[in-house]
Amino acid sequence: MALDLFKEKGTPVERQSFTWKDMVRRPYSKMDDDAFTRTRVILMNGIEADALRMKHIFARLNLELRPHLALVRRAEHHQQTLVNWLTPPDQKVIETTLGFEQLAIEVTASVALHEPDPYLAQTYRFGMLEDFDHLYRYSALYDRLEGQDPNNITQSYTDIIPGRPTVVEHRHPLDDLRRPYDCKTADPLSKLHAMTITASEFQTHDYYMTVGPTFTDPVARQLYAEIASIEEQHVTQYGSLMDPGESLLEKWMLHEAMEVYNYYSCLAYESNPRIKEIWQRFVDYELGHLHYVMELFKNLEKRDPAEVLPRTLPEPIAFKEHREFVRKVLSQEVDMRSDGMDYVDKSQLPPDHRTLAYQAQLNSEGSPSETAAAGYTWRPGTELAAKAQRMGSVLEGRRLQ
Amino acid sequence: MSKDTVADVGMNRTGIKTSPVDSKDIIAQAEKARPSSPGDAQAIADVRKQYMRESGDGLGRVPPPSSLKGVAKTAVDMLKGGKPTVFIDKLGERLAFERSGVRLYEGALSKLDVFGSWEGGPSRELLTKILDDELSHFALLMEAMEKLGADPTAMTPSADLTSVISMGVPAAISDARTNLRQTMQALLVAELTDNASWEVLIDLARGLGHDSLADRFQLALDAEAEHLALVKGWYAAGVSTEARAPMDSASMPAQP
Repeated sequence: MALDLFKEKGTPVERQSFTWKDMVRRPYSKMDDDAFTRTRVILMNGIEADALRMKHIFARLNLELRPHLALVRRAEHHQQTLVNWLTPPDQKVIETTLGFEQLAIEVTASVALHEPDPYLAQTYRFGMLEDFDHLYRYSALYDRLEGQDPNNITQSYTDIIPGRPTVVEHRHPLDDLRRPYDCKTADPLSKLHAMTITASEFQTHDYYMTVGPTFTDPVARQLYAEIASIEEQHVTQYGSLMDPGESLLEKWMLHEAMEVYNYYSCLAYESNPRIKEIWQRFVDYELGHLHYVMELFKNLEKRDPAEVLPRTLPEPIAFKEHREFVRKVLSQEVDMRSDGMDYVDKSQLPPDHRTLAYQAQLNSEGSPSETAAAGYTWRPGTELAAKAQRMGSVLEGRRLQ
Repeated sequence: MSKDTVADVGMNRTGIKTSPVDSKDIIAQAEKARPSSPGDAQAIADVRKQYMRESGDGLGRVPPPSSLKGVAKTAVDMLKGGKPTVFIDKLGERLAFERSGVRLYEGALSKLDVFGSWEGGPSRELLTKILDDELSHFALLMEAMEKLGADPTAMTPSADLTSVISMGVPAAISDARTNLRQTMQALLVAELTDNASWEVLIDLARGLGHDSLADRFQLALDAEAEHLALVKGWYAAGVSTEARAPMDSASMPAQP
């Protein structure tokens, strides 16, 4: 049964407590847990990071809200810690990166399929094809740097093939802005979607900016720099879908509802009982935050939360493979480009278009994403498996059999 | 232009003697301050132990056999009282290591192209030969796992562990600032562990009655023993060549 946001009060903020031992728990298993457990941990870390980010910005802008923001923010911070620390330490940075891109593909696909507004849905499909390409580029890097198989991480849920090539994803900043939804008429689900995907992309950007320079390989350093730039574009794109006409409290309340929705979606799909219990706890914590903000909304803004919030939560985000949908979008929309806020076929961009000039300049000393994946075809067991099979276990007359 | 020499004199700021005045001051301050909690490094060990006791299934488990033949073989081995998954786990470990080894020697070849070799150092032919050996050992292990009904594409817990243990090796080789001699130092780490690990695998295979596999693995170990001797020799010759090289005068500190 759908969760009633008005009836379910969750855990009150003052009863949300943590210890260091509670926050630093046994992580999931990189090899035994489902790939979607990894993507859920990545997503919820991103959602909580955005909860903190937004609250800090609001605190700079509004003195009256500052103490309320501080109270809720501290709980969010500790929630983020608990979630992010579920990441197993044997999961290498590049493996977590593959998880980030798999998450971006599958969650954006689910959002694109459920988005009621056609323009917003098109925006999600547009961005999804780019993250889809990033998975392929990072997979090639993982295979060629470590000699390891990216499918060990993605577990056959997601295709590892080129999408819209990263080399052509670089756009002039003004071609990354989108038309926002109208907060008065938009479906509440559209608002939750925009906040979810923006949060997720923001964390992806921040992660790549943090870990990129930890690589020694120059192509890895370049590739993280290049894809971080696209993630910055994606944050620009998805962030601009949100209506700037919403008040701070309205945005805060929606963000809390979005957090409930995301934990609730994780809960619906989680296969690891230890982690499922965390999603349940945090659904309750987020309901506590939501009701705290609903009271502020009533008292300070003198408005009824029901004007903004849906009564019940929509169908959960689907943590499952979307290969058929992604392949269809890829075949139909890979050549879409953006011209200002509109989507056009690449043939419609004039040769002197600002984005083409921007792209040519950035790529003028080479393209890391093209270099990393030059001639790359993913095969089970890495691209070396085919080579090894051709060669066989025979060498210089020393037959190893 | 890249430098093919290391250990020249220059401005390294890490030692205490770089800042005689400041260091004296901070040492005095550190001696005066008292810790906020009693005890020693054992406190960290205690927490580690607590987490170890709660670590559940460890890193992960070995996947079940991927074919009917594998199921049958596993059942037979289990009836004999063995734990066949240990062998699969270790085969997966060697497979992953040999496969990654191919990438390490690709990296060494790039270093050779840029920095060149030295007297008693590696040649393109020998580095390529070792690379091909690693590839053929990878093929051998794929074949062995398939014959046992195991999935050679799976990352087994030992494969994961070995990649965590050796994380620094590809990192050192792909660093643009390291030269071919430093690459030899990294390869030495890999070849030392590789030799010892093949020995363990061969003993395990014999113990489980996989004698024909053990014979083939012995040929792989013979090749690995050659790799180790070569890499160790190249590294030693490289270090002594380096030590005999004239000091880079451009990096000598100015005389007072």
